[in-house]
Amino acid sequence: MSTHGEAATIGLTHGGSEDTGLGQRGPASKSIVVPYGFWLFILSDMVLFSALFATYASLVHATDGGPITNQLFDRKLVAVETLALLISSFVCGLAMITAKRKNLMWTQIWLVLTALLGLAFLSIELFEFSKMIGEGAGPQRSAFLSSFFTLVGCHGAHVTAGLMWIGTMMAQIWAKGFREDIMRRLLCLSVFWHALDIIWVAIFTIVYLIGTLP
Amino acid sequence: MTLFGRLTWSAIPFDQPIPLITSLVVALALVGVAIWITRIKAWPYLWHEYITSTDHKKIGIMYIVLGLVMLVRGFADAIMMRAQQSLAIGASQGYLPPEHYNQIFTAHGTIMIFFVAMPFVIGFMNFVVPLQLGVRDVAFPTMNNVSFWLTASGALLVNLSLFLGEFARTGWLGFPPLSERAFSPGVGVDYYLVALQISGVGTVLTGVNFVTTILKIRAPGMSYLRMPVFCWTSLASNLLIIAAFPVLTVTLALLMLDRYLGFHFFTNDGGGNSMLYMNLIWVWGHPEVYILILPAFGIYSEVVSTFSGKPLFGYRSMVFATLAICIISFMVWLHHFFTMGAGADVNAVFGIASMIIGIPTGVKIYNWLFTIYGGRVRFNVPMYYAIGFMLTFVIGGLTGILLAIPPVDFVVHNSLFLVAHFHQVIIGGVVFAVMAGYTYWFPKAFGFTLDERIGKWIFWCWFIGFHLAFMPLYVLGFWGATRRMQHISDPTWAPLLNVAFVGAAIIGLGIALTVVQLLYSIKTRERRRDITGDPWDGRTLEWLTLSPPPHYNFAVLPDVHGEEAYWTRKQTAIKEDRLIDEPNYQPIEMPLNTPVGVICAFFASVCGFALIWYIWWLAILGLIGAFAIFVWYAWRDEHEHVIPVEEVRANARERRRIRMEHLHTLSQST
Repeated sequence: MSTHGEAATIGLTHGGSEDTGLGQRGPASKSIVVPYGFWLFILSDMVLFSALFATYASLVHATDGGPITNQLFDRKLVAVETLALLISSFVCGLAMITAKRKNLMWTQIWLVLTALLGLAFLSIELFEFSKMIGEGAGPQRSAFLSSFFTLVGCHGAHVTAGLMWIGTMMAQIWAKGFREDIMRRLLCLSVFWHALDIIWVAIFTIVYLIGTLP
Repeated sequence: MTLFGRLTWSAIPFDQPIPLITSLVVALALVGVAIWITRIKAWPYLWHEYITSTDHKKIGIMYIVLGLVMLVRGFADAIMMRAQQSLAIGASQGYLPPEHYNQIFTAHGTIMIFFVAMPFVIGFMNFVVPLQLGVRDVAFPTMNNVSFWLTASGALLVNLSLFLGEFARTGWLGFPPLSERAFSPGVGVDYYLVALQISGVGTVLTGVNFVTTILKIRAPGMSYLRMPVFCWTSLASNLLIIAAFPVLTVTLALLMLDRYLGFHFFTNDGGGNSMLYMNLIWVWGHPEVYILILPAFGIYSEVVSTFSGKPLFGYRSMVFATLAICIISFMVWLHHFFTMGAGADVNAVFGIASMIIGIPTGVKIYNWLFTIYGGRVRFNVPMYYAIGFMLTFVIGGLTGILLAIPPVDFVVHNSLFLVAHFHQVIIGGVVFAVMAGYTYWFPKAFGFTLDERIGKWIFWCWFIGFHLAFMPLYVLGFWGATRRMQHISDPTWAPLLNVAFVGAAIIGLGIALTVVQLLYSIKTRERRRDITGDPWDGRTLEWLTLSPPPHYNFAVLPDVHGEEAYWTRKQTAIKEDRLIDEPNYQPIEMPLNTPVGVICAFFASVCGFALIWYIWWLAILGLIGAFAIFVWYAWRDEHEHVIPVEEVRANARERRRIRMEHLHTLSQST
């Protein structure tokens, strides 16, 4: 899906309607169809994460005598991590604004910054993972840790995919400019990036905050 | 770690004649087909017209061909099981050793659901939905092609297991702890997991594509409550795909993590919980049966209304019932394992929900009956299936209500009673609909009808064969016969098992006759040409265009006024003895063909194969290849080609000429 949500939309350019109502005026235009399809994809991704959250919730106490949440998580580290991701979302919004104004330099700068903050988030996550594995609290230790690494790791994998997507989009903007299809892709990218934030807020709350309650 | 992971010469089953000979025959057949295609120089045609096509009609046809081919494979598994159970009674051990028998029942279920039923219903949605909505293609035509090839990639991997290695021996849902590495160390479960993951991605993309299409791309005036019921049921089905298939992806991914990296989700040790798997897989699995049956209900609605010559009775209640089923189907999953021991309260909730879902289904049955009532019914083949379905499906529904009562379920859980029940609803519901739809829309796809006489023989084979094959299983289930038995120790079960075998053989005859019917119909196509594009006196927009429709379906998107868009238009034309005024034609932009789907599926297959056999370097290469093809595709500048207005106008005028002639014959007859 990622860079391809915006595949061509068949003969709609003639009389394609901007109507967002019940579609009584004929097929909607690409600028509506593409983001709509991408939102549906995001919805399916949310379902995917909800299954992982359910798994985590049912296995969080299945520690098999191993470490429990309170012994593993460091609130301060996670706070920095969360801040990096949330700010990257804000910066991504700035990139969208400058892209709408067709300002190539600032769009690229904001996108690089988005990616760097995403990379910082990912580095902290990997540092946390390696530290836990080093302490013998790897995913093979217990069902709880299996579900922790899978839930948080799946989010991390999404961030990684997002970073690859940002790189691809930067190259596309640079090579092709702010073409209509490129703008639609940018819009999808920003939706994706913000959706990852929403997932992270849920992870932050359910895994880290509740997990570090005294 | 060697270069080829755990892939060695011992993966080829030299010591097992059945899979070895089957693989050789299949390989020879494939080589033969390839040589034949080369000799008639059809490769460029196949490449341009089908393999790389973004045309929803071509993709639909490819899905249905995939379904038909895999039906033969799935049926071969079925008849082998029936033969084994008829032979291996008392002292005899039959001809299939347990480890082979277990692979066969697993392959049968996996193939029939994922690579027969799913391609069939998705194929029909592809072919029919854009035509019925009066538009030119789906929302994302290229993604549609990718979806198909990912499904085909999954089918390829499942079939490869016949020749290289083994398939899972765990049953079609791969329950742990049996499917964990400790108890199934071979490649069988890995084939199962990887194949379903790849085809599952394709299915989710299909779901996104079709919900977007149905909600956002419709002809002018085609408001929600003017959509044909098949479009409504397709919408519900695709909503279920979006909501359910990600759960399947997660479930299988967790099992893969257990198997590949030693995680502890469903293991017996480390705090794993195998019942978590049951819950997760059935949260997908129960909606899945509605993903299959809802489009089937849509097909029956179209067929019953057309061949009764009446609008569908209770259209709005049909829509309401469809959406009710769509929602309630997510609230019944636990009835698949009442015996888990969740307690009486939980079981009661899920039991009652399971019974409630029968109500909207009953509404539908009554609607079809009332549509027939007072109609001028034409008994063509699709109508045979529709009536056969109503008789068969109602019994299947009633046995389902029995199973929804937890105390009853405790008695017949995992017995042949259950096997009989779900085959009754899936064959009597989905397969009959597939056969009805195949006969109904075949002329639209290829421009000539299928032979009616052979079609009726096929129906009777399915109908009689089904009842002979599965009614005895209800009785055997009550007698205590459990499912998936490689050996039968009670000789008194033999007569009923033999009846079941005869039934399966009759179904086999029906499948063989389907091939005969196709060949015979192609041979005699000249005298069954569908000149007008409306062979059944249809009511929905797909019958407005010629058969087969041009690539762009409609020269001008039809303007829809009221329900039954095409029927209204046709009646007005007959009354006024003239067509609507010739519109102002314009050039049409259509998406270009693309090889991205088949290349992407190639890399997915390579990556999947490498994962199954632990060839890590190849898996990484496959992933890089898949990403590279995406970036390459995203770099394209040309998305569409333009069909010049002269061509559009010429085609449209030819259609109008044919329609005028047809109209005159119609007006004279009335």
